Formats: sequence, structure tokens, C-alpha cells
Amino acid sequence: MFEVLENETLAPALHRMVLRAPRIAAARRPGQFVIVRRAEGAERIPLTIGDADEAAGTLTLFVQAIGAGTRDIVAVPPGGCLRDVAGPLGQPTHIENWGRVTCVGGGVGTAVLYPLAKALAAAGNRVTTIIGGRSAPLVILEKELADFSAEVRVTTEDGSRGRQGFVTHELTELMADSATCPRAVFAIGPVPMMRAVAELTRPTAIPTLVSLNPIMIDGTGMCGGCRVMIGSEARFACVDGPEFDGHQVDFQSLADRLTMYRDHEAQCRVGLQP
Amino acid sequence: MLNNLSAKERLGIERVKMPEQDAIARSRNFAEVNLGLTLEQAMREAQRCLACKSRPCVAGCPVEVAIPEFVTALAAGELTVAARILMGDNALPAVCGRVCPQEVQCEAKCVRGARGLPVAIGYLERFVADWAMANAEDLAVESRPVPTGKQIAVVGCGPAGLTAAGELARRGHEVRIFEALHDTGGVLRYGIPEFRLPKAIIDAEVARLSRLGVDIECNVIIGKTLTLGQLREQFDAVFIGNGAGLPVMLGIPGENLKGVYSANEYLTRVNLMGAGQFAESATPILRGRNVAVIGGGNTAMDCVRTARRLGAERAMIVYRRGESEMPARVEEIHHAKEEGVEFVMLTAPLAVLGDTQGWVRALACQAMELGEPDASGRRRPVPVSGSAFELPADVVINALGTRANPLLTATEPDLKLNRWGNIESDAQGATSLPGVFAGGDIVRGGATVILAMGDGKRAAAAMEAYLGQV
Ligand SMILES: Cc1cc2nc3c(=O)[nH]c(=O)nc-3n(C[C@H](O)[C@H](O)[C@H](O)COP(=O)(O)OP(=O)(O)OC[C@H]3O[C@@H](n4cnc5c(N)ncnc54)[C@H](O)[C@@H]3O)c2cc1C
Ligand code: FES
Repeated sequence: MFEVLENETLAPALHRMVLRAPRIAAARRPGQFVIVRRAEGAERIPLTIGDADEAAGTLTLFVQAIGAGTRDIVAVPPGGCLRDVAGPLGQPTHIENWGRVTCVGGGVGTAVLYPLAKALAAAGNRVTTIIGGRSAPLVILEKELADFSAEVRVTTEDGSRGRQGFVTHELTELMADSATCPRAVFAIGPVPMMRAVAELTRPTAIPTLVSLNPIMIDGTGMCGGCRVMIGSEARFACVDGPEFDGHQVDFQSLADRLTMYRDHEAQCRVGLQP
Repeated sequence: MLNNLSAKERLGIERVKMPEQDAIARSRNFAEVNLGLTLEQAMREAQRCLACKSRPCVAGCPVEVAIPEFVTALAAGELTVAARILMGDNALPAVCGRVCPQEVQCEAKCVRGARGLPVAIGYLERFVADWAMANAEDLAVESRPVPTGKQIAVVGCGPAGLTAAGELARRGHEVRIFEALHDTGGVLRYGIPEFRLPKAIIDAEVARLSRLGVDIECNVIIGKTLTLGQLREQFDAVFIGNGAGLPVMLGIPGENLKGVYSANEYLTRVNLMGAGQFAESATPILRGRNVAVIGGGNTAMDCVRTARRLGAERAMIVYRRGESEMPARVEEIHHAKEEGVEFVMLTAPLAVLGDTQGWVRALACQAMELGEPDASGRRRPVPVSGSAFELPADVVINALGTRANPLLTATEPDLKLNRWGNIESDAQGATSLPGVFAGGDIVRGGATVILAMGDGKRAAAAMEAYLGQV
């Protein structure tokens, strides 16, 4: 049993939850995730570790309630318990000082991006962050990201906040000027967004890292359900990922496989984005 | 009673038939297929044993259960005695009585098999174990030994880990099992289906260990949550029994279409998560009307029979050799046939074919014929030219097998592995790291429950010796 210490609503259906899991808090590195099972009979749901406090023995998760499983999780009040929390899973992000990097977050993918951007800034990078969403309430963590980003650019599709349009417009702008063009790009969000970013950086071969969210079960490489095509090779996102070279990812097959249980409401994915 | 029968009279008794659930009914439910013998049936079958001095059956058993002795006690109706003997040698008899391949182990060695059918040792083992579980709780509750003060970590809660843990706890050590998943049993729980091994049996065996003082902690992945190095610092010795949980991929086009599962994923969804089995399970599964399972082992049989139970109209085994070459237990093949499973033999998959939406629609296949024997001694299948055909399917399950999962071993460069990634150990289970022992599938590659248990038992003895030295 893992006790929930805090549960706060950040945006409609987006919760920030803090739970006690000392071993995971001590072992985790940015980019890793946990698998959570709310109760007996519930699904195993992968969730990125947003932050951790080793001294306090706590983990912070950003959970968007998009299906029955995640709705169940965010319904647990402080003092309540999650039956199972296993991790940290996946490979930590390879953090280095590139000099100038751009972090791109779409929707709740921004929550997944947060620990990564923070680690990149801590490593000495000048981080420009671009976050976007359909409309203002879906743009999250702007303040938190601003704490360590040199600049935070916001876009919404309906123009209700920041510039109207897509995150890729901002990235195109940054890339056009040699003074702002990033040495590496980190993109986390819906599959079409990550694919668009990867296409944008492909011609100039700017290293581009994306974080994939296939359906998972065990998270330990045992079932193969999370396989994704990287180049011509099948890789398991739970052990080899979840981050991969965006220029190598077969986004089509990923997007396709994510619809495997579309008739079944509850889904089980890394990251949180629809 | 019958106990003073002459050898001739014993030879005159016919081998018992296991009562089974009706084949049509059971092909649509998850209840256990084999119903178990009655006391009369079990005692009569036990009478067939000639109690020969040479005890060849014992040599055929990887954990050397005192078979003639427990069978003789059963024949005399002395069930408590029989149970004590059996449980003294085998930590999980109710499991082994159900899933061991007796036909190639103890029963293969039975002298009665030379002329006629061997004694049904597996059925008798199951009978005695079930009887003990139902009637002799007190027998199973062992008194706790004097604590030694030594602490042991066991990685993995499958048959290897459970056996090692039990043996070590019985010697008075403080044992803690770390399990990556949220539940116990390893393959017994996530792989082998309810209709072959009811989960209540695993629960009962695990509860017995808990009463012995074994502490089981789930959701701890060694190599991730804690490292092997941390375990070595915090415990006096470590046993690794983390299994062979890494699916071998098909490596043919179309493997990523929607509807293609590895056997591990398919079985885990149904067995561990309860998908399709219990209404309260939130985990989804594609049921499939035409399900093609690739492979010929126990895992393939478990998948195909599960597919039938989830409602498949056609549930097919696709195997590149012939039926007699299939590695699955004879009983599973027989049961699968009775349940309406189709056997598409001498057929190799070429590609999984999809529709425009990315869903599986068929398996492209090629007919094979058997040529010269290969390294394994089995005749090698060779393609028949011009024989390609399509098998309509909406779910394809890959049951080609598993390999060693590198999650733990990759984090410990000093732990010596063989070229397939299995941990190298000596006959006693000692690895290249002092105080670290290993056994089961992580050492052998995909093997059997009883071999994993034998490893756990031997390693526990070696660990005892090691702890005496340090
Ligand atoms: C579908 C199927 C059917 C089978 N049918 C039969 C049969 O009829 N008869 C038979 O004899 N054999 C059968 N087998 C084989 C048999 O199940 C295995 O040989 C046996 O379970 C191996 O035992 P083990 O203890 O080595 O490993 P497992 O049973 O694999 O247990 C290993 C445990 O370790 C855990 N683990 C893995 N990595 C870690 C880690 N890093 N940290 C913590 N825990 C970890 C796993 O989650 C698992 O619970 C079957 C196998 C399958 C897959
Ligand atoms: S989730 Fe099962 S292998 Fe990745």
C-alpha cells in the first residue's frame, strides 16, 4: 500500500499527487516512470514520475484523468492509498550540457517534460520551453517551468492563451535564427505533435528526443506489449525507453497500436496524453 | 483392505481415468478441467504400484520424491503418512501434481509402463496434496524453527524462489522475497491458466510459507527499485529466481499489427489481470473469433485453450513440425483436441497480414515437410515450394518461447552470464558472486516448474553451507 499525501487539481482533470514511496524516490532519475494499480481488479497504469524528494521519501505524479483507470487514481484523497506502485521503470534521460536546448510539451505531456526540462537546466543548459494545448485550461505548469527556463512560450489552438497556433510554429521560429536555434530538442506530447516536431528537425538533423506512450502491462520487458519500431528494430518502450530518437520512431505504427482497445474505455499508457 | 494384494492382482488393476469436466462445457469456462480422483479411485490406483526395490520412479523425479513410500501409504489408506512423506520432499505438491510432465519423468520410469500403463503417480500426488490441504491444515502448519539471525533475500516469487524461501525458512533463517509484479507465484500465476492450476492453490501454498515466517514484498524490481548490490549489503545471502520473462519475437512482417500478442502478454492479461475472466477486471483483451497460436509447447496450448474459453470459434495451433514433435505435455494436447482446438501442423508463418486499419486479418503460411534430423535430434522442417496459403485470423499469438530477462543481470556486470544471457551457476546454484545463488528459468532458460523447484532446494542447501562458513 502506498499512501497519498497530497492531491491537488491543477487544471480540469489534471491532478498533482504526492505519495509515499521511499525506495522509488531514492532510486528514480528524470525520465523514469512507475506503474500504478489503484486497487484489486484495476489496471496497471504507467505514469511518469514528475518529481521526487528523496529525503521525504515522496514521489510527485501528474495524472490526467482520461479513462476509468486514471479517474480512479485521481479520486484517491490525501490519506488514502494506492494498492501498487512499482518502479522506477524505463531508462533515465541521458542528460548532458548541449548549451542551448528547446523543450516542447503538448497537453499533459508537459507534465512528463517537466522533470526532464528541470534536469537539463540543472546540467547548465539554456532551456527554452514551448508548451501548448487546445485551449488555456489545458496549458499546464507554465509557472513551474518558468522557474528554470530562460523563456517559456505558450501556444493554444484557439488563441485563448499565448500565441494562437501550434508549438511547431514557435519551434520553427527558434530554428530560423542561428542565435536561438537549439542544439537539441526534447518533445513530449500527443503522437501527432511529436511526429511534427521530429519532421521539423529532421532536415537539419538536430538531435530530437521523444517520449513514447504505448500500452503497457508489466513494465519490465516481460510481455512485449509496449513494443515500438525504432528504425527497423522492435524495442520495448518500458525497458529501452520510454525516450527514443524521434528521427527513428515509426509514429504511424505507434498511433495505430494505441487504438487497439479504443472500444474499451480504460487504457493503460505511459505518459498521460490522449 | 486391498493392501495385501498379490503382484498378480495388482497387475490386474487397470489404470484409473482422471474424471474431467465435459469437454464442450469446459471449452467455454475457466474452471479446472481435471476434477481429481475420489478416495476409492486413488487407493485403487495406488494398489497398482509394485513398490519395487529399485525405485526407478524416484530417479525420474527431479526432487526425488519418495514415490513408492507415499503411494504405499496411500494404498493402505494412511493419508496423513502419505502427505507427510510427500510434503517432506516436495514444497509444492498440489502444483506439481497438476503441471509436471510426469510422462517423461517418474511415470516414464515406472516398471509397469514396460507392459501396459505406468502408475498414475501425478494423479496420486495431486490427490494426497489436495487431501492434505482440505483435511490436514495442522499438518501443513509447521512449527517455527529457532531463528539463526541470518537474513536472506530471494529475488522472484516463482517456484524456484518459493522453494528456496521455504527451505531456508525451515532452517530458521529470516527470508524476504522481492517480487516485481503485484502478486505472487511467477509463471504459476501469470502464465499457467486457472483451468489447469487454480489460483487458490498458489494462494494456499504461499500462505503456508507466510506462516513459516517468510516475508513477501511485491512491487520491488531488483535492478530498478533496489540493486543486487544493495541486497548483498543488507542480507547475508541472496537467491535469484527471476525466471525467463522476455518474449522471443516472431521476426516476421506484420508483427506490430493490432491483434498480435506475445503469449506472455495474452496470458498475463487473462491470468494475472483477470481480463475476459472476471467482470470486475478493468484490463482489456481482444477476444478474437479466429485465433492462430504459433508454437507447439505448453505455453501454446495454454494460449489456444484460453482463446477457446474467451469465445473463439476457431482456435488453431500453427506448428512447423508434426504433432509427435510438439514439446507440450501429451495431456494438454489431448485436452485441447477435445475442446475443439484445430491443429494446423507442418505449417510455418511467413507474415501477419493486416487490413487498412492496421488490424490482423490473416496469417500467411507455408506448408513444411520433415527432412533430416537437426541438432536437437528432431527432424528439421523444410518448406514445400509453392505451398503458401492464408489462414484467416483476427488474433495471432506468438508462443515461440522466452529468454532470460536482462533487467536484473544487466545492472550487475560482475555476475557471469552465458551467451544466451542466463546466469552461470555450478550444480549447487552458486554464481560468480560470493553469497549469490541462482536457479530456475534464469539459469536454465525456459524449463519446468519441478526443475526450478529442484534448483531452489539444492541452492538452499548450498546457501546453508555458505552461511555456516561466513
Ligand atoms: C504458459 C506457460 C505454461 C507452462 N506450463 C508448464 C507446465 O505445465 N509444467 C511445467 O513444469 N512447466 C511449465 N512451464 C514452465 C514453468 O512455468 C517455468 O519453468 C517455471 O515457472 C520457472 O520458475 P522460476 O521460479 O524459475 O521462474 P518464474 O516462474 O518465471 O518466476 C520468476 C519471478 O520473478 C519475478 N521477477 C523477474 N524479474 C525480477 C526482478 N528483477 N526483481 C524481482 N522479481 C523479479 C517475476 O515477476 C516472477 O514472478 C510453463 C511456462 C509458461 C510460460
Ligand atoms: S510493458 Fe510489458 S514488456 Fe513493456
